[in-house]
This record gives sequence, C-alpha cells and structure tokens, in this order.
Amino acid sequence: MSIKTTVAGLLAATMLAGASSAHAETLRLLTWGSYAPEELIQKFEAEYPDIDVEVTFSNNEEMIAKLRATGGAGFDLAQPSHDRIYAAQLEYNIYKPLDLSKINTDVMQPKLLDGVKANTTIDGEVYAVPHQWGTSGLMADKSKAPDVKGWGDLCDPKYKGKTSMRLKRTILLGTAFAMGDNPFEAYSDLEKYQSILDKVADKLIACKDNIKAYWNSGDDLSAMMLSGEIVASETWDSTAYKLYAQNKNIVFVPPATGALAWIDTFAIPRKGKADDAAYKWINFVLRPENVSIMSASTGAIASVKGAKDLLPADKKAAVNAAFTDADIDNLKFFANIPPGVEDMEGRTLEKIKAATGG
Amino acid sequence: MLQKDFRRLALILLFAPFALWIILLILLPHIGMIALSLREKVAPRVYEYGFANYMDFLNEPIYWNTLLRTGSMSLLVTALALLIGFPVAYYIAKLAGNRTRGALFLLCLIPLWVSDLIRAYGWILLLRETGVLSSFLQWAGIVDHPIEFLYNDVTVVIGLVYTVMLFMIVPLVSTLDGMDNSMIEAGYNLGGNGFTVLRRIIIPYAMPGIVSGCIVVFMLTAGSYLTPILLGGKNSSWFTEQIYNQFISRFNWEAGAAFGILLLLFTSIVIWLGLKLSGQTLANTVAKS
Amino acid sequence: MTNTPTYDLECIDIAKSFGAVRAVKGVSFNIPSGSFFSILGPSGCGKTTLMRMIAGFEEPASGDIRIKGRSVLGTPPNKRNVKMVFQHLALFPMMNVFENIAYGLRCNGVKNAEIKAKVHDVLERIALPDVAEREIHQLSGGQKQRIAIARCMVLDPDVLLLDEPLGALDLKLREAMKIELKQLQHQFNTTFIYITHDQSEALVMSDHVAIMNQGLFEQIGTPQELYHHPETAFVAGFVGDSNRWSGKVKASDGSGGTVETDQGLQMVFTAAGGRTIAEGTAVEVFVRPEFIHTVRRTEADGVPGEADNRMDGVVDSLLFNGANSRVLVRSSRGELIEADVTLTGHGDLKPGEEVCLFWSSRQAMCFPSEGSA
Repeated sequence: MSIKTTVAGLLAATMLAGASSAHAETLRLLTWGSYAPEELIQKFEAEYPDIDVEVTFSNNEEMIAKLRATGGAGFDLAQPSHDRIYAAQLEYNIYKPLDLSKINTDVMQPKLLDGVKANTTIDGEVYAVPHQWGTSGLMADKSKAPDVKGWGDLCDPKYKGKTSMRLKRTILLGTAFAMGDNPFEAYSDLEKYQSILDKVADKLIACKDNIKAYWNSGDDLSAMMLSGEIVASETWDSTAYKLYAQNKNIVFVPPATGALAWIDTFAIPRKGKADDAAYKWINFVLRPENVSIMSASTGAIASVKGAKDLLPADKKAAVNAAFTDADIDNLKFFANIPPGVEDMEGRTLEKIKAATGG
Repeated sequence: MLQKDFRRLALILLFAPFALWIILLILLPHIGMIALSLREKVAPRVYEYGFANYMDFLNEPIYWNTLLRTGSMSLLVTALALLIGFPVAYYIAKLAGNRTRGALFLLCLIPLWVSDLIRAYGWILLLRETGVLSSFLQWAGIVDHPIEFLYNDVTVVIGLVYTVMLFMIVPLVSTLDGMDNSMIEAGYNLGGNGFTVLRRIIIPYAMPGIVSGCIVVFMLTAGSYLTPILLGGKNSSWFTEQIYNQFISRFNWEAGAAFGILLLLFTSIVIWLGLKLSGQTLANTVAKS
Repeated sequence: MTNTPTYDLECIDIAKSFGAVRAVKGVSFNIPSGSFFSILGPSGCGKTTLMRMIAGFEEPASGDIRIKGRSVLGTPPNKRNVKMVFQHLALFPMMNVFENIAYGLRCNGVKNAEIKAKVHDVLERIALPDVAEREIHQLSGGQKQRIAIARCMVLDPDVLLLDEPLGALDLKLREAMKIELKQLQHQFNTTFIYITHDQSEALVMSDHVAIMNQGLFEQIGTPQELYHHPETAFVAGFVGDSNRWSGKVKASDGSGGTVETDQGLQMVFTAAGGRTIAEGTAVEVFVRPEFIHTVRRTEADGVPGEADNRMDGVVDSLLFNGANSRVLVRSSRGELIEADVTLTGHGDLKPGEEVCLFWSSRQAMCFPSEGSA
C-alpha cells in the first residue's frame, strides 16, 4: 500500500518536473559553423521566451559519430547533408521520423523538398527536410589562371605547385565525373564503383606532384588563395564567395561536368527531447526575413522559393558571377551513400595520401 | 576493534576516488576499446567477433607503414628533443643563476600557454611561402624567389620538437639538479676531459631523467594529431590521422579501436625496448625524476 | 733557479677576488714532500678558494703555484697531478667501487689488466680488499671515506687535497678516521693538504698547520708551536680555548710587565711571539684554562711560587666532562673565568664556594690589540 503510494507520488512528481521543465525548454542544435548566427538565436529566443537555444558546431562525419555514440541522444535538432542520412539511419538508427504537418513545407522549393524526401524516406517515413543548399566546385584567380574550367585542370602542369584540394570524397567524385564516369549511378554496383575509384586514385596520385598541399579547413584554403600561393583549388562555393568580397578576381567556377550540390537538412535525433521547439526553429529560420540573416552568415542559398532574391547583395553578386542558368541545370546532387561506400572511399583516400607523389 | 574498522573505512574512502578514476577513466574505456576492436561488421547492425580488424591492419601495407613512419619520426623527434633539451637543462640546472632559472623555465613553458591549433597556425604564418621567414630571406637578398618551408616532414618534426621540449627539459633539470657539482669536479680532478666527464659521469647520472623524458616525449609525439596534420605535407601520414579517419570519416569504429590498441601496443613495446637498452626500470626513472 | 724538488707544493703570493670580495690576499707557503699539512681557519676565511686554486678549478689573479717545482698556472685540472677528496666525497653513485677507483686510470689510458692489479692493490692498502664489486650505497661512512682516498691514491698524485672530508661523519667515527687518515698518509707517504675549520682535526693529524684568517695566513707551524707560541691574537684565540682580557700596559720592560685589564685586574704577563710591547699599549691577554689553578680560598697559602697572578672569585658552575672538566669562576669584578679542574668525585668544588685562581706570567700571552699593533 504505502509503497504503491510512494511510487505514485514519485511518478507524479517526475511528471510535474517534466511539465515544468517544458516551460523552460532547451533546444540543443547540432549544426555547421555559421548555421546559427547569434542574431537569429536572439530573435528566436525573444519570440519564444521559454526556449533556450544551445548550439554545437560540427560537420557531417562528426554529427553522425556523436549521435551514434549516444544512440541519438544529446541533441534535439541536427543538420546533416541530404546524402548522409539514409545509410546512417539504416545502420545506427539515430533519427526519428518527421511530422511534416508541423513544418511549413509550402515555403520550400518543391524540387528540393521532393529531392530530400526521396533521399530520406525509409519505410514510408520521411526523416529530413531541406534547409540550405550549396555546391562544391572549383575556385580560381581569373588573373592568374583564366582557363580553369574542370576538375582535371587542377592537375594541369601549367599550375604546378599552385593548386590545392581537400583530400575527402568530394574530389574523388568530381574527378570521376571529369573522367567521364558517373559515380552516383555506380553506387548500385559497388564493384563498378571500386573500379572507378581505382582509376580516380591513379589519376590523383599522378596529380599529387601538381598539388601544393591538401587543405584542411576553409581558413587555410582562404589564406593560400588570398596570398597567391595557389591560383586554383577545389572549394566550397561559400568560401569562394567570401574571397570574392575581398578580391574580385577570385571566383567560384562550376566545373564543366557540373558542380556537386549538397543540401543541408533538418533531422530530429531519435532521443531528442524538444521536438516542438525543433519544429518552431525550422519554421522560424525559413521565414523570408530570417533567410536573409542566415544566408549572410552561411553563404549558402536557402531552399525556399525565391531564395536567390533573399541573398544579401554581395553574395548575390558572387553567385551571379559564378553561375549561369545552364550551370544551375547542370548541378549534380550528391546521391545517397549506400553502406560500405564510405569505407571504400576511405581506403582510396588513404592510398592517395600514402602514395609518394611530389 | 571498532577503531580498526573505522581506519580501514577511512583508508577505503581515501583510496576510492583514485581507484574510481583508474577504473572509470582508464581501465573501462580500454576494455571497451578492446571489445570493440574485436567486433567485425558483416552487415548493417550485424556484428561478429574475430580478429578481422587486426588482420586488416597486417594485410594493408599503408596502415603498418604509417605506423612505422609515425614510430620512426617520433623517435627522431625524441632524439632531437633530447639533443637540444640536454644542454638547455644542463644550463638551467647547473650554470644559470636563481633568477635566470625561473625566467628560462618560463620561456620553456610559453609554447604550452597556447593551444595546439594556435601553435600550429603560428608555425604556418612563419614558414609559409608568403610567410615571415620566406619574406625575410627575400628582403635580405639571400634568395630571389619565395621558398615554401611548410608542408613537409621537416616542418612536422620542428613543430613537434617545439611542442614537446618542456616535457624533456623538466625531468632532466630535476635529475641534474640533484647532482652534486663536486661530482663533475671530481670527474675532472681524476683526469677526465670534458667528453669523458659528460659520457661517464653526467649522462649516466642523468639517465633516469633522460629515459623518463624520452618516454613522455615519445608518447606525446606518437599520439599527437593536430601538429602533423596541419604542418604535414601531401605525403605526411600520421597514425592518429588514420584512427581519426576510421572513427569519423569511415564510421568504422571497430577498425579505429583496433588501430588505437595497436598504437598503444606499439608505443609500449618501443618504450619497453628503450628501458631494456638503457638498463633502467620504469619505477627507477619515474621515482627519480 | 732556487727551486728545490724537496717541495711538493709551493704557493707564491697567490691572490684571488670574487667581485669586490678579496677571498685570498697573497698567500705564500711551501710544503715539503711527504708531510701532512693542514690549513685551518673559520668558514669564509678563503681556505676553500685556496684549495680550489691548487686543484685548478679557480685561476689565481696573481702569484704562482708550483707542483714539484713546475708552475701549473694555466694547466687544466685534469692535467694536474693533484687529486682531491671532496667534502661530500663525490663518489660516483652509478659506478661500483671498482669502477670508481678505475675511473682515473681509464682516463689516463691504462691497460685493463694493469687497472685490475692497481685497483686491487690500493684496496688492499686501505684494508678493504673485498668491496670491489659493491655499490657505493652499500658502503658505511668510513668505508666511503677510504674509497674516496683510494680513488685518488691509485693515481699516485704529487699532492692530495682533502676538503673537510670528516665533516659529515658522526663524532665516534670522526675520531677513528683522524687516526686512520694519519696512518694512510704515512703509508702512502704522499703530501696531504687537509682543509678544515675543526682545530682538533688539524692539531691531531698534521705535521704543519697554517692558520688562515680573512684571506691571509696568520701563522704556519707545528701544532705545538701554534698552541704554545701563537704569534697573533687571532691564533691564540682560535687555536685551543683561552680566557681573554683586554687592557692597557701599565709597566713594561719590553718582553713582559704588568697590565691592567678593563675590569681593573692587575696581571703580570709575557709578550708573545718575541714582541716588545711598550707602556700604554692597548693589549689583549690570553690565558689557557689548563694553566689556571683553582684552589679553595682556605687552602690558598700552599700555592707554588711561580704562579705570580692571583684572583679571587666564587665558583659559578661546574662543567663536568670527565678528564676535560672545567670550573666557571665569577670574579669579584663580575667576569667569568674558565679553569680546568680534576674532578675525582670526592671533596670536589661546589658552586658557591670561594676560590682563588693562580697562574704564571709565562702563561699570560699578551698581544697588542687589533688595529693598534
């Protein structure tokens, strides 16, 4: 009897505590650097005084590793790229399905929304919606390297010792396209994909001599480019846009075979505890006035209708200097990475790093 | 009787935090790592136990080459740190006045005041093609075109030596400090020249400090991550980078754990060999310095 | 050349300063072959600096040091055939006894077989034939001492320097080692130069002792000479115990006379060191406790005639120390005087007893006061 009442009392107390903590909710955001500008957080907290926003900056790999370590706990909203959700969810079960009725999907560009939905639907449940998109491609100093047009030009002996790239999967995929293959189509046939990777590895090992150094972060890439130590590099478009603001000769060059496009999404970790707050944040940052603030910080384009017009003036100029409509049509969206591909790519990258080139 | 129990309880309570620390923060994670390293992924969410991760390591020359490379470069860094650190420590312990001593120690500490990352960027600013050193050489007319000092193994070694110097100097200073000056004078008095005194008296006396400094420096170097990554060139692979890649980029925690255990084993073996060759014991070196 | 090879070591007017401090101010002495020579002085008198100059660790600012007649100025310490036993011995803890002794031989490039023979020979001579394989920390204090000496003697030095090597030993062992050191010196027949601030070490062991004070030698002589015929007030005060009075000479015939102490005591004295002391000179008078007879006042009549000084007082206290017991007597003028007494256990003096003190004028050594000499 008395034990029962004690337990009941404890339960009631816990529930009360839970209810009261709901009043001062914390939204724990796991996202990319610059994806949560202070200005927006303050605005959000002013609008929803009972929600505190906590931000952890990360990248695709670390997001998955962090969520994997806890089985999807510790964060309430994550922002992985669209191609990194499917396999991670299958393998580690770290996200929960979204309730699309709570998201203002009407404002999103239908093409991007459908694309992300197609990429992240498992057993009829949707796990992510788009937030912003951007591309990986090339960056060149027009005054010194006017004819950089494709991925392969980084290996042009003309620019020996004056080019750079990041030794990650992007350059593998780009080089594959440049060599006439379509790696995304080969995802369904891993043996074929391996043969493509082998070809790419040979090419990039031969190219090593031409490379000054592999860059690790946007900061060292920017420093090498601005100082003129390199004249062309593989890059994120946002980095190139930032440099364009400082040196009008440095432009983003969508490669002839198409820039590789990624969409950063919203996904809710499986053990997230503040779903309502997460939905509120999603709807909040997709409002036009907030999109401008976000894009100014990230340099990426929001996946809402008319997003290009919401870009700040200098970013708009940089995008216009980089992309023609044909380039936009030619975008290659990263395809879902099936299980095992990361391992294959990892091995290839190690092989390239370990090979003694220049 | 009661008092005895009470004393035992007090002892247990005193010892508990230390034991907890050892068990929770050192023992358990390592057991977890070993268990993880013995797991093989056969399909999504399906695992088996076996030595496949270790076999992978043995069958892939890239991996063990990187480990050997990391090991040999760490040994080089250790040797250089000793070569540079010994005279500095000798100067601090035996020749410097009391006030200069403090100042010199402080100077050795300075590299540790900033984070690894800042330190690496410092070297980058200094050594890059358009950096301070290259510009200075051009300005001085010694060279007529920019020189890239960055992105090669030499830079990695310099950066690492700079980082670990203090850990070599501190144990050396403390052993040399304990050495009576008259021991050195006796060495000369009995007919030894500078070299004999160094070889037969100072170095053997400082051996515990030398060995413990080398152990710390070797461990720190072999386990360092940021410095070799940021300063290293296109070919500068470092074993910790492989571990990081396995864990983070390739989501292969099992292989990452195996690599971690292998690194631990490898450094332990090198240190064991070092102790054997120098005729020291771990207790001796740790207790004396 | 006037160099005679009978001197193992000659120091000619050597001086040394550290900054503004003049540690050694021009010291000259010769040490004949095979003698035990001590340099005795209070700490800070410059004796360690002097010895370090002989060993070659310091270079004198002026003067010359000759070993076996040859100047060693500019010769580095490892090239001088002067070996040294350090204050804390400085045995090498990372080598065993054999290696410690062999070290110097190896430095000289002696062949292994010869090293072995020599080390065993020297261990034999210091009566420790079985310790060759021991580690240093396994030796007793006295054994370490002997090993430190053997380590030097195996190299056949012209001169062996010893820097207060007994300082760290306990009293009993120190007494034993004094005798042993002297015997070792005889046995090796090498010149020992022994630095110490402990007068009993110097007096017991040495053939000759130099008393050093403030960078200068005050007097060189045999222990007896120094004790009985000190040439300066410092030596009289430093060597042995003394009662000391300051005063003014009332009457003098040059070599002796009467002095009145500051307390007003009249005393007959002898001028020390063959000096002449004129009337009116400010002087210091030293009387050793063993030359003062203490007699109960009631028995004061049967005193030997030559005790021409007399003073009355009251026993203040007894300092019992076996054969070296003393009595402290407070004079009627308030000063305390030490005198040796023989305490037999029966009918001894007691505190509070009235006594007379007697001493001879020959034992009242008189020096002109410092600064007025």
